[in-house]
Amino acid sequence: MLLIVLLPLIFAFFIPFINKRKEKIHTGYFVLAIPLVIFIYFARHLGTDFEPITQHFAWIPSLHISFDFYLDGLSLLFVLLISGIGSLVTLYSIFYLDKSERLGHFYIYLLMFMSAMLGVVLSDNVFVLYTFWELTSISSFLLIGYWHFNERSRYGALKSMLITVIGGLSMLGGFILLSNITGTTSIQGILSESEMILNHSYLPLIMGLLILGAFTKSAQFPFHIWLPDAMEAPTPVSAYLHSATMVKAGIYLVARMSPLFHGYDWFFIVVGGIGILTLCWASFLAIKQTDLKGILAFSTISQLGMIMTMLGIGTEVAVFAAMFHILNHATFKGSLFMIAGIIDHETGTRDIRKLGGLMTLLPISATLAFFGTFSMAGVPLPFLNGFYSKELFFESTLHGSEYSASFAMFIQHILPWLAVFGSIFTFIYSMYFVFGVFRGKAKIEQLPKKPHEAPIGMLISPIVLIIGVIVIGLFPTIVNSPLLAHAAYAVSGVHEEHHIAYWHGLDAKFLMSLAVVGIGTVLFMTKKKWETLYQKLPTRWTFNRLYDQFVTKIEPFSATITKGYMTGSLRLYTQLIVVAMFIVSIFTLVTSDGFAFLTADPSEIKISELLVAVMMVVAAIGTIVARNNVAAILILGVVGYGLSILFVIYRAPDLALTQLVIETITVALFLLCFYHLPKMKPKQDTVRTKLLNAAISIGFGTLLTLVAISSHSSKWFPSISEYFIETSHTLGGGDNVVNVILVDMRGLDTLFEITVLGIAALGIYSLIKIRRNKEVD
Amino acid sequence: MRIPNDLILRTTTNLIAFILLAFSIYLFLAGHSSPGGGFVGGLMTSAAFVLMYMAYGFDTVRKIIPINFRLFIPIGLSIALLTGLGSFVFNQPFLSQTFAYFHLPVFGEKELATALLFDLGVYITVIGVTMTIILSIAEDRE
Repeated sequence: MLLIVLLPLIFAFFIPFINKRKEKIHTGYFVLAIPLVIFIYFARHLGTDFEPITQHFAWIPSLHISFDFYLDGLSLLFVLLISGIGSLVTLYSIFYLDKSERLGHFYIYLLMFMSAMLGVVLSDNVFVLYTFWELTSISSFLLIGYWHFNERSRYGALKSMLITVIGGLSMLGGFILLSNITGTTSIQGILSESEMILNHSYLPLIMGLLILGAFTKSAQFPFHIWLPDAMEAPTPVSAYLHSATMVKAGIYLVARMSPLFHGYDWFFIVVGGIGILTLCWASFLAIKQTDLKGILAFSTISQLGMIMTMLGIGTEVAVFAAMFHILNHATFKGSLFMIAGIIDHETGTRDIRKLGGLMTLLPISATLAFFGTFSMAGVPLPFLNGFYSKELFFESTLHGSEYSASFAMFIQHILPWLAVFGSIFTFIYSMYFVFGVFRGKAKIEQLPKKPHEAPIGMLISPIVLIIGVIVIGLFPTIVNSPLLAHAAYAVSGVHEEHHIAYWHGLDAKFLMSLAVVGIGTVLFMTKKKWETLYQKLPTRWTFNRLYDQFVTKIEPFSATITKGYMTGSLRLYTQLIVVAMFIVSIFTLVTSDGFAFLTADPSEIKISELLVAVMMVVAAIGTIVARNNVAAILILGVVGYGLSILFVIYRAPDLALTQLVIETITVALFLLCFYHLPKMKPKQDTVRTKLLNAAISIGFGTLLTLVAISSHSSKWFPSISEYFIETSHTLGGGDNVVNVILVDMRGLDTLFEITVLGIAALGIYSLIKIRRNKEVD
Repeated sequence: MRIPNDLILRTTTNLIAFILLAFSIYLFLAGHSSPGGGFVGGLMTSAAFVLMYMAYGFDTVRKIIPINFRLFIPIGLSIALLTGLGSFVFNQPFLSQTFAYFHLPVFGEKELATALLFDLGVYITVIGVTMTIILSIAEDRE
C-alpha cells in the first residue's frame, strides 16, 4: 500500500521529462493513468465481505513513527473518491488547460496533492497523518497560486495557507497530547483507549485542538473565509480540491476521531452546532454571490456544514447519512464545478449577471447542470441522489441522542428548524445557479466570447459524474452494502445496513422536504423583493475584514514593538541591560535567601585606608560632575592612582606596579584621543532623564554592594591560596607567589592574555593605517 | 617636524633611559622571586623607548634603534607558545614548568627556571604591543 500511496509522488519526478514533449501530446494523458490505477487497486476491495487491512512500513521506529496504513470502510470511501474524481479531473484538465500553460507545474502539484490526500485517509499513525496533512496544505497553496501573476491568486493562496496551517499545527498539538496520554501513536490504538481519554482532564483541550484543525481544513464557520478566495485556482483544482477531496479531510478527521468523543456533550455542541451554523450562514450568503464559482464555494461550505452536523449528531442514522452525503456531494459538486468551468471557458465570464439564456447554446451542459443543481437542492425526485441524503439528514436531526446538558438540549430542539432554514436557501441558490445561467434572455453581445457547446472531451467527466448521480438516485442500494455500510461501521461501530428508499410514507422528514421546495420556490420567485436584505448586512465586521486587518496590521504592530525598544540609542540599551540585571539579581537574592551580613571578622580600618577611600570617592563624584572632558579624565586618573595606593596598603606590590603604569598609559591615551576630538556640546538632559539615570545607577551600585557584602559574609569553603603559598617555592621554584601563579601554575591564562594584547595592538594599527578612500565606496 | 632644542631633556634622557632599561631588565629577571615580572618589565622597557622618542624625535630614534616593534608581538607570542609546547618533548602536559640549580661561572650557584622563558615571551609581547599602539597613534598625521 506504501507504493500505491507514493505512486503519484514518484511519478511526479518523471513529469519534467514527459512535459518536454507537451506540444505533441498533452502531459495530462500520461498522468491520467495514475489515478485510474489507484482507483482500480482500491475498487477491488469493494464488496459486502470487506475486512479492514493493516500494513506496516518502518520509518522512524525509535519515535514510534511508521507508515502504518489502515484500510477500513471510511478510508475506502475516501480513497475511491480521491482516485475516482482524480481521474475525472485529470481528464477534464486535459481539455481545460491549454498546452501553452505550465503543464509540468500543474501536474506535479496535482500528483503531490493526490499522494498527500491518500496518505491522510490511509495513515494509521498520527504523525504520518499530520505529515500528509501538511503536504495537502502546501500542494493546495501551490495549486491556488498556479496563476501566480494574478494578484488575487496570490492573495487566495496565502489566505488558505495561513488558515489551514494554523489548524494543522493545532491538530498536531492534539495528536501529541493524545499519543502522550495513551502511549501509542496508532490511531486505532488511541481509539481503543476512548474511556481513558473521556475521563482525562485534558479532554476539552484535545477536542478543541483537533476540531480546530478539522474546521480550518473543512472551511467551517468562521474559518470558511479562505474557500471563496481559493476559487482563483484553475477550475479542475476547485472541482477536485475544494469540493470533493481536500475540504473533506476535516470531515474525515472528525469522522475518524468521533468514536473517541462519542457521548461527550461538547462534541455534539461544537461539531453539530458549528456545523448547522455553517450550513445556514453559507447557504444564506451563497445567494449574494455573483461569481459562479463563488456560489459553488459557499455551497460547498454549507454542504460541508451539513455533513459536519450529521457527524456531530453521531447517531447511526446520522453517521450513515453523513457517509452517503460525502459520496453524493462529491458527485454533484464535482460536476457543477466542471460545468462552471465549461461556461467560463466557452463564454469568457463567470459573472452570473452577464450570463443567461444559454440553454439552447449549451444544451448538454444545461442538462447536466439541471441534474446537478436539483440533486444539490434535494428536490424529491427519485433519480437524484441528493434527495436521499437530505432526507436522511432531516431524519437524523429529528432523532438525536438524549443529552443531559441544557445547552445541548437546546441545540437538539432547534436543529430541525435550522436544517429546514438552511435547506430552503440551498434550494434558492441551486435554482439561482441553474436558472440564472441557462434561462432568461441571452446577452450574447455582452459576452467576451461567442458561446458554443464545449468539446466532448471536456464533457466526459461531468457526464460520468451526473450518471453517478442518476444511478445512485435510481438504485440507492447499490452503494449501500458494498461501501457505505462499511464506512458507517468504521465511524459508529454499529453494523447497520440502512434501508434507503424513495418513499417512506408521508412522515415528518418528507413534509420537511416538501416545505423546503414549497417555501424555496416562493422565495425564489420573489427574490427581487427581498434581495435588498443583503445590502443591509454589515460590511464592517466581517471575518474577511478581520483577517485582512490582522494580516495587514500585524506587521506594523510588531514593527512598532520592535522600534519601541530597538531605538538605536546605546544609552537606552545600557539602561535596559542594567535594569534587567538589577531585577534578576534582586529577585534571586530575595527568593533564595541570599542576603547575609556577617560582621564577625572584619579587619580593623586604618586611617590611611580611610583617607585613600575618601579621596577616591571625592574623585569619582568629581568625574561625574566635571563639565570639561579633560578635567574628567584627569580626575578619573586620581581614582586609578588611589587604587594603586590601596594595592600598596593591602600588600600587592605587583598589582600596584602594574596599576600605576597602566593608569598612566590609559590617561595619556585618553588625553590624546580627546585632544583630537571636536569640542562636544554639553548634553542638555531634562531633569527627569537625570533623575532616572541617577536612580538606575544608585540602584545598581547598591545591588553590587549588597552582592559583595553577601558573598563576603558567606564563605563556604576554605580558600585555595594556602596551597599556592606553600608550594610556590617547592614546586614553582620562585618566591613571588603572584608571578609563579601567572607563569607557572596558571600559565594558560597569561598566554591568552598576551594574545589579547597582541590582537588589540594589531587592531589599533590596522584601524589607523588602513583607510579606504571615502569616494571609492 | 622641527625638533626644538631641548638640551636639558636630551641630556637627562641619555642617563635616565639607561637607568630605566636596566631597571626594567632587573624587574624582568627578578620577577620570579620579588615583585616584578615580564609584564611590568615590558612596560618599563617601553617607557624607556618612549622617553627616547620624546626627546629625540621619531626619525633619529628609528635610525639608532632600527627595530620594527610590530614584529615583537608574533615573536613574543611564539616564544610563550613554544615553551608551552616544549613540555610535550618531555612527555609532560602543556605549559608544564620546571626549575633546577646550576653553577654558573660568574654568578655562582643560581636557580634557572623554564618559567623565565615563558616570561620572556610575555616581556617581548608587551614591548611590542605598547610600542605598536603608541607609535601608530603618534605617527598618525591625518
